[in-house]
Amino acid sequence: MSLLLQLALLFGKISLLAIGGANATVPEIARQVVTLRHWLTPAQFAQLYAISNAAPGPNVLIATILGAHVAGVAGGIIATLAMVLPSCTLAVLVSLGFERHAHARWRRVVQAALLPITAGLVLSAAVVLARQSDTGWLTAAITLAVAVCAFRTKLHPLVLLGCGAIFGLFFL
Amino acid sequence: MGFFQAGIFGFGGVLPMARRMVVDERRWLTQAEFNELFALCQSLPGANITNLAAVFGMRQQGVGGVAAALSGLLAAPMAIVMLLSGLYARYGTLPPVRHALVGLAAAAAGLLLGAAGRIATPVLKTLHNVAVALLVLAMALALHVSLPLTMLLVLPLSLFFSWRATP
Repeated sequence: MSLLLQLALLFGKISLLAIGGANATVPEIARQVVTLRHWLTPAQFAQLYAISNAAPGPNVLIATILGAHVAGVAGGIIATLAMVLPSCTLAVLVSLGFERHAHARWRRVVQAALLPITAGLVLSAAVVLARQSDTGWLTAAITLAVAVCAFRTKLHPLVLLGCGAIFGLFFL
Repeated sequence: MGFFQAGIFGFGGVLPMARRMVVDERRWLTQAEFNELFALCQSLPGANITNLAAVFGMRQQGVGGVAAALSGLLAAPMAIVMLLSGLYARYGTLPPVRHALVGLAAAAAGLLLGAAGRIATPVLKTLHNVAVALLVLAMALALHVSLPLTMLLVLPLSLFFSWRATP
């Protein structure tokens, strides 16, 4: 199967499973591209995720950067479209069909049901990335320090990422 | 056009930018309309912001509006990220760059850990929510269950709990 088709199918499937946004699918994406397909090493995955996170734009850019890394510009475009279009089509269809039931009970039930799943998935994503990027106690310390800052303070994410990169440049 | 600005300036979270653009500056939607749209997009799969852009584009201009909103949101960030990917492939293994990237990756993991903490804190206040989150965590990390299968098993359980808990 051609690489572009594989990218389209992989991210198309993930798009419709991205409950709680793109970050919640990071464990599955890592499983597919690192563990099963060996397109990247764990360290490369963690670094590309970090770069897509540091760049401006929505979280779906993880698909763009992985697609581009594996299959160039065409790969980046195909992976992004595959990540975005299925879920957007679904959202548009649902919004057309259910516009009048904005405050229906079912929606509150569904939202309440998704919250703990999202929490579990994003927590898993953080653990997966930490495992991939923390090669020693220094990197683990960076992860922990940034986690505490992100949780407790309102520091801009870019400031924290920059601190991590500068720390890495001088001490790793 | 508004989504273009939101896309290009939305470092680490485009949503606040998009909200300010759509509600405060362009007055395309009231805050209440925006909230309703956002609530809908949140309970569906996909990134909230791309879903929101698509639904909003559809309401304004039909399919052409969807294309305009999505390309406005994504075109510039995609170009930047693909450029970075090219630089990574070429220079990523040079020692100083590699060290900075290792630090950057560790920080990004921490950022997501902090975000996970913020998401989890208000959610994990009931026993059944804690149980569902732990189940997801165990399936993803220890058992390496695929995401489709995880959803298939956990979603009905979570729906059952929230159906009983929601008045």
